[in-house]
Amino acid sequence: MKTFAMGGVHPNDNKISTHAAIEQFPLPKQVVVLMNQHLGAPATPIVNKGDKVKTGQLIGEAQAFMCANVHSPVSGTVAKIEPCKDPFGLAKPAIYIDVEGDEWMDDIDRTPDIKKECDLTPAEIVAKLKEKGIVGLGGATFPAHIKYSIPEGKKAEYLIINAVECEPYLTSDHRVMMEHAEEICIGISILRKALGVPNAYIGIENNKPEPIRVMQEMAKNFEGIIVEPLKMKYPQGAEKQLINAITGRRVPSGKLPIDVGCVVSNVGTTFAVYEAIQKNKPLIENILTVTGKMLTKEQQHNYQVRIGISYGEIVRHAIGELPPTTGKVISGGPMMGKAMSNLDGPTVKGASSVLIIDESEATRGEESNCIRCGKCMNACPMGLEPYLFSSLVNNGKYEEAGANNILDCIECGCCLYSCPANKPLTDEIRLGKNKLRMIMAAKKK
Amino acid sequence: MKLLKVSGSPHVHSDESTKKIMWRVNMALVPMLLVAIAFYGLNALLISAVSVGVCLLVQWLIEKFMLKTPTTICDGSAVVTGLLLAFNVPATAEMIWIVAIGALVAMGIGKMAFGGLGKNPFNPALVGRVFMLISFPVQMTTWPTVGKWFPMSLDTVSGATPLGIIKEGLTHEGATVQSVIAENGLPSLWEIFLGHMGGSLGEISALAILIGAIYLLCTKVISWHIPVSFIGSAFVFAGILWLVNPDQYIDPLTTILTGGIMLGACFMATDMVTSPMSKSAQLIFGCGCGLLTIIIRNWGSYPEGVSFAILLMNSVTPLLNRWCKPARFAK
Amino acid sequence: MSFSPILIAVLVLGVTGAVFAVVLYFVAQKFKVIEDPLIDEIAEVLPGANCGGCGKAGCRAMAEAFVKQGNMDGLSCPAGGPAVAQKVAALLGCAAEAAEPKVAVVRCGGSCDKATSKNSYDGLQDCAFANSLYAGESGCAFGCLGLGSCVKACQFDAIKVNPETGIAEVDEDKCVACGACVKACPRGVIELRNKGKQNRRVYVACNNKEKGSIAKKSCSVACIGCGKCMKTCPFGAIKVENNLAYIDYNVCKMCRKCVAECPSGSIHAVNFPQPVKKEASEPAAPVNQ
Repeated sequence: MKTFAMGGVHPNDNKISTHAAIEQFPLPKQVVVLMNQHLGAPATPIVNKGDKVKTGQLIGEAQAFMCANVHSPVSGTVAKIEPCKDPFGLAKPAIYIDVEGDEWMDDIDRTPDIKKECDLTPAEIVAKLKEKGIVGLGGATFPAHIKYSIPEGKKAEYLIINAVECEPYLTSDHRVMMEHAEEICIGISILRKALGVPNAYIGIENNKPEPIRVMQEMAKNFEGIIVEPLKMKYPQGAEKQLINAITGRRVPSGKLPIDVGCVVSNVGTTFAVYEAIQKNKPLIENILTVTGKMLTKEQQHNYQVRIGISYGEIVRHAIGELPPTTGKVISGGPMMGKAMSNLDGPTVKGASSVLIIDESEATRGEESNCIRCGKCMNACPMGLEPYLFSSLVNNGKYEEAGANNILDCIECGCCLYSCPANKPLTDEIRLGKNKLRMIMAAKKK
Repeated sequence: MKLLKVSGSPHVHSDESTKKIMWRVNMALVPMLLVAIAFYGLNALLISAVSVGVCLLVQWLIEKFMLKTPTTICDGSAVVTGLLLAFNVPATAEMIWIVAIGALVAMGIGKMAFGGLGKNPFNPALVGRVFMLISFPVQMTTWPTVGKWFPMSLDTVSGATPLGIIKEGLTHEGATVQSVIAENGLPSLWEIFLGHMGGSLGEISALAILIGAIYLLCTKVISWHIPVSFIGSAFVFAGILWLVNPDQYIDPLTTILTGGIMLGACFMATDMVTSPMSKSAQLIFGCGCGLLTIIIRNWGSYPEGVSFAILLMNSVTPLLNRWCKPARFAK
Repeated sequence: MSFSPILIAVLVLGVTGAVFAVVLYFVAQKFKVIEDPLIDEIAEVLPGANCGGCGKAGCRAMAEAFVKQGNMDGLSCPAGGPAVAQKVAALLGCAAEAAEPKVAVVRCGGSCDKATSKNSYDGLQDCAFANSLYAGESGCAFGCLGLGSCVKACQFDAIKVNPETGIAEVDEDKCVACGACVKACPRGVIELRNKGKQNRRVYVACNNKEKGSIAKKSCSVACIGCGKCMKTCPFGAIKVENNLAYIDYNVCKMCRKCVAECPSGSIHAVNFPQPVKKEASEPAAPVNQ
């Protein structure tokens, strides 16, 4: 069975919410729609205070190149347009909408019928992805229309669907595959058409036998969709590692997947693509896992949630109060997710989970001297030397760290995960990367 | 409601810790300790106890009064150093106080002077051993001969190790390895493997060492690279010499089973702190240790060269770390 | 006993020594760098801390810059202060530039009791990193994080994080205003301000640019940008931008009217005689009693 070339770790996968079918999350009284829910510049609000909006109506327009449209996830009245603190306490431009009923835009097809045929040209598909504000849902929230506009002189050979879900705990992709296999396959066919590639490969780790089976069954009905079971190893879902696992190719340092002829899309994104292209539904909902070891089986949920609902609201609805021994509440998985400090912050397009972690597990162990065991180096999927970066960054030698390819780091967290001395290696490397980028930007000037 | 914690990712940890690693090494040393006690009795027990005790005390004192940092004696690293040091000395009664001095040097100069665990460039147990070897050459090379099981005192017969006997014997006119072995009635290979030779505490039984080493390999404390390349290169180099002149050089199998090669390759050279990190560097490191050991054994003035070989290779570890980078994923 | 081994050794070493001496002589001649001796003299006078406060790579580079320029226009050694400036001026034969002495000021009053912790940080103890991660323990995305990046940057041991307040504090006797902490602070909390007569200074101890209602949520002494101080100031030294008041230290006459007027107690007046100082350090208490 295939996997990526080097490094990686095997954290306990804790997929304890796989049994929970996707439920529709009820509408709240108010939603807060952030204007930068994606990688790049924030969208520009095109509604005013007091305006009536319908569900799916465009409210934030992409004006910069690296930007995505934002649509209203609810119907109601625009209460105010002012910055809102996101789950990390940082103020972001936002539109507050008071919910009144749930009136959708007329062009959105809300019937459960599955629409298979798509007669749009590749250019039209890309245009529609842009119009519907589709971004990558794997974590980076990269605007989809930019990803699927292949630059001049480059050619896509492989379309890779990331259904690896290598992060422990998360089950949203698992559930989407179980419940929407056909829509996903249609979405993949659309993306295949947009790129003009012969085959699409769905990478699924072998800890998900059910989705593998379901997808394999479904793929038989479609042309050019190949399900590729992968040996479980974190971080298989990292773009470069997944490309390596499936094609054997390696994305060179500082290059993009398209440079080796690959385009990677998250499986959740393909579902969103299906809904956008076939049903005219913009990206206003995503699948979100509420999970944690401390929660009972009934408290584990997979929700379909409109964007802009606060995390606190989701926690209240799903489990009531946070358990008293809660240590961290994480948006995303435990390896690369971000610990939230402000649960009043709203969800965004890329949100994949609310993960509640026990205090004892969330507290980092006491740091001690590096014993040069080399575990960080063996765990690094990029073949780097985290221990070296640690000492270079602590001594302010950012450029030397750069010469040792610190910028190759994908921040997967394998080094800190495996460090017996509890050194904050990933933190130090992130700091080093930021400082180095600042130095490089200053030099360019 | 308690405050939520915030930190960068990852938010979970493998549960691996320095403490666990060190105590695993201690576990792996237990078979050797048992064999040593079985063969050398009370002396072996006392030497080990004194060595470990002094190591812990020195670390505690230095941390408390000089570094003024919280004590780390519970992490087990001082116990590892103490046991390894004890395993490197002969089980004679006078070693009980000599090993205390050795332990002081090992911890004080070999480890704590550099800032404690993780910062020492040389294996502290070997620093202690070499210090004792140079300061107390006679006591350090006089071994009690193995007699009955669990003897309570060992003042009876004493002699040199097989390696020492052969080295000494070869200086006589017309002597060959075979004639020396025959004259002195040295143990057979099988006896050496199971543990029937004069030697330091930890060197007696290659079998006990292997059991410990396999435990360490299974718990991923060490990788196979250093032991295999160390023993392998020693075997190959000794084999070449033996093929050239079997009269003057010991056969390769005896070479790797006698003396401290097994102990050194499995427990001393694999010390994480003082050995290189990447796999390729570890192979070079092991080969260097093996070659140097054979060179010192055959052409140096000491019958045994493992300690010096490892210490010499320790000194090039930083260079090896610099030269032998791991293979990058993205070129 | 034969003397030849001794003789050979002496000869070999002697000849080797002689050959190297000749080689060294020629190499030294070939690679000789002719340098203005003045550079050495000035470098001698400079503090030698290589703090980088002057903007040069170190004291030596600064000495070279002095000599190259021939005067002191635009160049000043903040660490050395006027004493060093006088000496350098004497060596260069020009007039010393009289720069107003400055000191680093931490513009944050959000101590643990005023900006209570809403979460607990458990990551790398570095301000730049924590700043890239989130808003901080108090929820204020502009204030002092108290993780000590400035402490690490200071060459003069002049800045410390007070464990009681969780805010960096400057030791004004030790501070030479080199500006290393200003550069190290990822949030721009620290500013170099005029040291002032008898070290007296009036400044807004807040850096929060959020709307007052939001800023208040994270910190009780946050500047809410109400502009009362601006209206009160008889000298026009205060302006409010982005919901944050700023006192221009070149204009301020230290009348301290603003201190009394500030409803949130974010304006600090330090080193003034007792009563006022007390009020300034305890801004929660009503000022006009």
